[in-house]
Parts: sequence; C-alpha cells; structure tokens
Amino acid sequence: MADLVTLTIDDRTVTAAPGTLVINAARAAGIEIPAFCYYDGLTLQAACRMCLVEVERMPKLQTACTLPVAEGMIVQTESPKVVEARKSMLEFLLTNHPLDCPVCDKGGECELQDMVFRYGAGESRFTEIKHHVDEKQFSPVVFFDAPRCILCYRCVRICDEGMGVGALGVINRGAVTEIGPNMGDHLVCDECGMCIDICPVGALTSGAYRYKTRPWEMEHIGTICAHCSNGCKTTLGVRNDRIIRGNNRDRSGINGEFLCIKGRYAFDFTDHPERLQSPLMRKGGELEPVSWAEALAAVARRFLEVKERGGRLGVIGSNRTTNEENYFLQKFVRQGLGSNNIDHHRTGDVAALISALAGTTGALASTADLYSAKAVLVIAGDLAQQQPLLSFQIRANYRHHGCRVYVVTPGPVREDKYAAKSVRAATGEELAAVEGLRDELRKESELVILFGDAVRGEAVRRLVALGDSFGIPVKYVCLVDYSNSRGAADMGLFPDLLPGYEPAQTPGMTMPEMLAAEDLEALWVVGANPLKAAQLGSQYAFVVVQDLFLTETARRADVVLPAASAYEKTGTVTNVCGEVQRLKRAIGVMGAKPDLEIFGLLSKEMKINAGLWHPDRVFDEIRRSVRGYNVPLPVLATGGAAPAVPLNGHIPLEARPDLIRSANDTLFTSGSLGRYSKSLNSVMEAPGGLYRG
Amino acid sequence: MTFSTALEAKFEKLLNSYPPGRKRAALIPMLLFAQDEVGAITGEVVNEIAGRLEITPLQIDEVVTYYSMLHREPRGKHNIQVCTNVSCLLVGGAELLEHAERKLGIRRGESTADGQFSLEEVECMGACSWAPALQVNYDFHHFVSPEKLDRLIDGLRKAH
Ligand code: SF4
Ligand code: SF4
Ligand code: SF4
Ligand code: FES
Ligand code: FES
Repeated sequence: MADLVTLTIDDRTVTAAPGTLVINAARAAGIEIPAFCYYDGLTLQAACRMCLVEVERMPKLQTACTLPVAEGMIVQTESPKVVEARKSMLEFLLTNHPLDCPVCDKGGECELQDMVFRYGAGESRFTEIKHHVDEKQFSPVVFFDAPRCILCYRCVRICDEGMGVGALGVINRGAVTEIGPNMGDHLVCDECGMCIDICPVGALTSGAYRYKTRPWEMEHIGTICAHCSNGCKTTLGVRNDRIIRGNNRDRSGINGEFLCIKGRYAFDFTDHPERLQSPLMRKGGELEPVSWAEALAAVARRFLEVKERGGRLGVIGSNRTTNEENYFLQKFVRQGLGSNNIDHHRTGDVAALISALAGTTGALASTADLYSAKAVLVIAGDLAQQQPLLSFQIRANYRHHGCRVYVVTPGPVREDKYAAKSVRAATGEELAAVEGLRDELRKESELVILFGDAVRGEAVRRLVALGDSFGIPVKYVCLVDYSNSRGAADMGLFPDLLPGYEPAQTPGMTMPEMLAAEDLEALWVVGANPLKAAQLGSQYAFVVVQDLFLTETARRADVVLPAASAYEKTGTVTNVCGEVQRLKRAIGVMGAKPDLEIFGLLSKEMKINAGLWHPDRVFDEIRRSVRGYNVPLPVLATGGAAPAVPLNGHIPLEARPDLIRSANDTLFTSGSLGRYSKSLNSVMEAPGGLYRG
Repeated sequence: MTFSTALEAKFEKLLNSYPPGRKRAALIPMLLFAQDEVGAITGEVVNEIAGRLEITPLQIDEVVTYYSMLHREPRGKHNIQVCTNVSCLLVGGAELLEHAERKLGIRRGESTADGQFSLEEVECMGACSWAPALQVNYDFHHFVSPEKLDRLIDGLRKAH
C-alpha cells in the first residue's frame, strides 16, 4: 500500500490512504461531516452541498464528499463560514418543502430534520407560494411525495447501481424536478423498498408503514428474515405486539443496507386472519378446535402406541424452524421414538458438497467472500430472484472491485449484464459448460462457485474435482431455498445422517418413501407442506402437523398444532453460506407455540427424555456436540453471524439426486408462507418467474 | 421503427463518433434529429433509441423532460419561440409574446388547430445584442417588432 497521507481536520492530525475522500477520513477520525447525497458505496453525486468544508488555500468551500485527501491539507468542518453555508443550503432545500413533519413517516428519524435542527434556517426569506405536487403511488409498496424530496438521488443510484434494476429516474428540471418511476406512472421493479430505506427524508414511503405510527412509538427488534436462505437481518418495528415495519436502519447485519421485498414487507403473515390460533383435532371427520392438553395427549398416546407396536412412523422436519428445534426434533425421534425415519425437503444438495469437501478447510464461502472474491462463478441459479442478497453482494463486488463474474445458467439472469462471460446451459449440461470456461477460470487468482439444485449428487463431486483442477483457491456455496434449509441439513434432518453429517447406523426412510408407504402408521410433519405436491400412500396413517396455517398437508392431518413463526421465537438459524445467526423474538403469539416448546411438551407427555427444551440449553448442546457449531457466543449475542463449518473427515454418502428439489421460489413467492403475505401478493410483479433476465 | 436513410446515416455517424462503451453520448443529437424527422419524441422513438443506445426508456425521459427543446408532443410546423429574458424584456419581449398570442389566437405553449404554428416563451437564446429576438424552428429573427412579427407570420402562412 502506498504511504499514508497526513492532514489536519478540525485541528486534529488525521492519516488516511491516498484517494480517501475527506468525508471518510473525517468520519474515521470521529468527525461527522453532514451529507445528504453522499452514500457509501454509491457513485458520487455532489448535489446537495451539505458537506461543504473550508480548506486552507482553497478559495471556495469544497465538497468533502468528492475531495480526496492531500498531504498537509488543513480542513475546517465547522467554521463560521461553513456553518453559514449549510444554513443557506438548508434554507434553499426548504423553499418548497411542505414541513409536514407532524404527519410525515420520517419525522423523528429524518436527516433533514436533524440538519435543520443542527444548523438552523429557522427563518425563511422565501415568501412565494410553495410548489405543491400530490403524493403518487408508484406501486402498492412504494409511495412518492415529491415536495418532500431534496433531490439527493440516493434512490436513483441505489436502484440502478445497488439493485441493478434502474427503475427510478429524475424527471424535469429546476424547482419542478421529481423522481419518476420507469413505467411513467408506476414501477415495475424488484419492489425491494431499498429506495425508501435510503431516502434521507420522507419523500419515498412504504405502502405497508405509511401513516401507521411514529418511529419513536415502536420497539425496534433486529432479527433474521423468515424467508429465503440468505439470512438478512431485518429490523422489525413493533407496536402493541404487532409488527408494523421491517427495515434496515442500523445496517449491522451481513446484508448491510440490503433487504428484498420479503425481508422488508413480508412479515405480515404473522397476523394473517387465517393464522392458526388453537390446536385442531379431527372429530367426526372435521377438524375442530381443542385445548392444547387434549391435542398433546392425543398425539402422545398415538405415537406411543405406534412405537410400542413397532409400527412405521415418519417425521418430516422443516426448512424454517430453528437449529435448536431441528436438533431437538431429530434427537426426540432418534432417541425417543427409536427411529431414523426423519427427513426434510432438500432444496439443494448440501450433504453432497460437505461430503465432497471432506478433509479440506476454508472451502465454504461466506456472504462477505462474495463481496471480496476476485472471481465468482454462478451455476444454475437465478440469484436476483432466489438469492437476492448474494446477487447484491456480487454486484457490489463488481462495482467496487471489478470482480469477474462467470455465469452458467439455463436462461438470462441479471448477472449477464456485467458478467465477464455468460453461457447458457440446459439442466445436466452445466459441468460441460464450466469445462468450457476452464481456460479463463484457471487464470483467476481465486474463485467462489455458487451452484443451484440442478447440480446434485455425483455432479457435486465432479464439480469440486473440476474446481480442484483449476489449481487456484476455490470456495463453494450450495444454493438452498429457505431461512434454515442449511441448518436443517447441518442438524441431521436426514434418514442417513446425524447432526454434523455423522453417518447413522441404520438409515431410515426418506421423505418420498414415507409418503408412499402404504403401511405408514403415523406421519409427523413440522413446518413443511409435502402433501401439496404428493399424495399420502397410507390410508390410515395418523397425521400430526405443526404449522402456522392450514396448508394442504394440515388439511389431511388428524391433529394440527399451531406453531409460532420465526418472528415469534428465539433460537438460531444458519444461512446458505453456513453463517449462524440468532433470532430475536419480536412479538408474542396468540394460542400458538414455538415448535421447540411443542416438542418439549410432547416429550414430557410421552415421558421421553430428550433434554431441556430451552433454546439456549439446546444450543449449548449443539455447540458441544455438532461438528462445526462450536461458534463463539458473543458474536451471536451481539447480533453477529458466526460461520459454522461442519466439514467432516469422511461422509459415506449415498448420492440421492432424486431427493433434491428446489421449490423454485421467485423474489415474490416464499413457499407456503408467501401465500399468506398480503404485501408480497399485492405487487403486480408477483409471482414472477425465473430466468427472465 | 424505421427512419429515413438520411437520418440512419446521421445516426451511424454519431454512433461511431464516441469511444466504445460511450454510445450514450450520442443521445441528445439523436433525439434532436429524430424529433425533426418525426415531429416529436414519441414513445416509439424513445424505445427505438433506448434499444440502440442500450439504456432504459426512463434514462431517455430524464433527458427529454430536462431540455425544453425536446418534446414528447408534436408542435406546430413553425414553432415560434419568443425570448422574454432580461435583454429582450427591456425592449418589448413580453409585449411581443402577447402580440403573437393575439395574432395566432393561441396561448404560449399551444398550437394552432391547423398544426401550422405553435408558440413558446423561452429564456435567453444568446441573441441579446439584437433584442428583442425570436426563433422560428432553427432560424433566428432579430430586432423583431410586432409589425415585423405580423409580416413574418403572414409570410409563413402564405408559403403553403
Ligand atoms: S423498490 Fe427497489 S427496485 Fe423498486 S424502485 Fe425502489 S429500489 Fe428500485
Ligand atoms: S426521493 Fe429521497 S432519496 Fe430520492 S432524491 Fe428525493 S430525497 Fe433523495
Ligand atoms: S434476501 Fe432472503 S433473507 Fe434477505 S430479505 Fe430477502 S428473503 Fe429475506
Ligand atoms: S454530500 Fe457532498 S454534495 Fe452532497
Ligand atoms: S435575453 Fe433574449 S436573447 Fe438574450
């Protein structure tokens, strides 16, 4: 690295790398220079002039957001001249500003309010009538109030650069300049709401949240998104035990400023009117509400009967329940019911990757790696649709570091636009296509390979062998679909693998085997909906379902136990990159219970000792006993992400590509859960599709 | 959409005038030429040029709404632009504009029913030394008095 530059900011000696902008050098020294248009990671705009500073020997005030540091530079950030300039700039910004702070969503967390409070402009010399434009609805989730806009263009840039969508533009000129949507009067876009989050004022507002409450009336709970496998931190705004808002104000998660429509808006399944609030039991052919005591007693009795008879019982676990719940469930089933008949809906072949990488270290990529890797290869995945955060990371990597992106997909994807090379390959022909890229890939100094469900079974092993043959460091991400798909695999929701991918002595039944078995006596489904796409072979199986809603599977159940969602419980989940993060309970439940508590109560009822069922106790046991999960607790406790690396010596794995099936969710669907989110279904882009570019 | 061969030739020259990856620089001249031929920057024109420059229609709209000499609706065959900025104002620019409104029977920003004339109030056109000034399409007219304007309009009317 080149020598550091030394300069003086507000009489303090500061050092910074050459090229650093004064605004950032000051920030690093703890001096905040106000800024509206400057936003870390986006192109420079220098539109707002809030960051003006006085630099010795420079005749005019300079914009700190575009001025690189120089040796010996002397900067004043709060001199009387600077303060006066900021005051004037603010007076200008308020010329047509409605000052409707008392009803504005942003009131209380508005950067314009903060600045005017700090620098004044309490009086205005403008006496002209303010130019007014009515509020516009760009989409069900994005509203625009032009008079509040201060034209910082952050929204335009985040949408174009950050999201790669480019759905917002600047229309007209001068005092009547406005932000405009791509379809003239409405948006067709990702509906991510990033533009809303990044807007320093209340010009862009959220369809879900607008005029609902004041920011200070909410409690802000940072937890992990309940939807896809990327594991974004979403901050839920809660008032009176209801979630009113999802946003990203503190940007402390692995997702930085990113959230997609699901993390931001699709929390509304929690109070969907069809939410189950009481256990149901089949009586005279109909499912009827019963007490928890009655329901649990009935389940315990039937499970014990089946166990004593030595009858066949199958258990299907969830891609969305916590690690603690998954671990406890498999322990309950294996030790308590004496069976290995446990499986889950596998949306990607994680086990095959872990097995193929046996004995290696550092071969699993983290979310941060996608932002720093010199090269990335995407195989059989529509990242912008299915792995939105990963897509965002790779885009930022390309913009900031010039990462070279290679794409091998069956159809057009967003990455094509900036990819070094895009190849179309039909399912099953991906590896041949990667082989075709060998010469380019070998020249890279490092590579992260992301692969979707089309690469499974033996193909995963061949992919890793191919990666090895490049002779460069290669890391992998096996793309999976749901918030804890990876955790379900790590926690041993497999008939042949225990937690940490230890082989089971006698493999049990797989999910399709359970569903097909005509002699199955009991089926216990936790947070999954296998009967949406399949028929149950057994006519007489006693079916128990734990879920939030009366899904296709729950409709066939004999007992339905209402479960709490991720936003209503604590525990940990593991994202697609194997990063463990902690859920924080945001709201309480009405009648439902967290799955872990349901398991615990059942174990008590059945006199099975599967251990204490407090999430922290179970996690202690996971840390002690599951390979790769001895993660540092302080990281989790402070809201961080800790990588779990369950790489084992050797996993004797029977390749079962037939058991892998992605749910093919898009940006606007989220399995059964997505069906119960009004916001998600309200946008015109829903349900969307894959490989449309 | 198809343009005349002459226009296509202009476009081709423009597109070859900028370094690779900078095609977008050709946007404003392309819009002006297209507008002259088609009469307005129609939605069709926007989409066509967006495709050729590999930018979004919205990015074209940003430019079209920014510059007042680009317009989405067709104007009169003769677009009369009267300057009312300082120099012209001092020597009767505003009166000239009002006179034009009366003479044509339309207000600024409008077109005559027969589509022959449209009238616009514009800012300084850099013709201050010959104020009051106006422009008919791309032609300048200097020291314009109301009488001179009448003769000008009558002349244009007679021309067809
Ligand atoms: S919601 Fe997202 S995709 Fe849509 S305009 Fe805003 S930033 Fe762009
Ligand atoms: S809408 Fe908000 S983010 Fe966009 S330019 Fe206006 S103030 Fe800035
Ligand atoms: S990318 Fe995934 S984890 Fe992140 S907000 Fe969207 S659905 Fe949630
Ligand atoms: S932050 Fe520097 S000009 Fe806006
Ligand atoms: S003021 Fe009219 S041309 Fe300059």
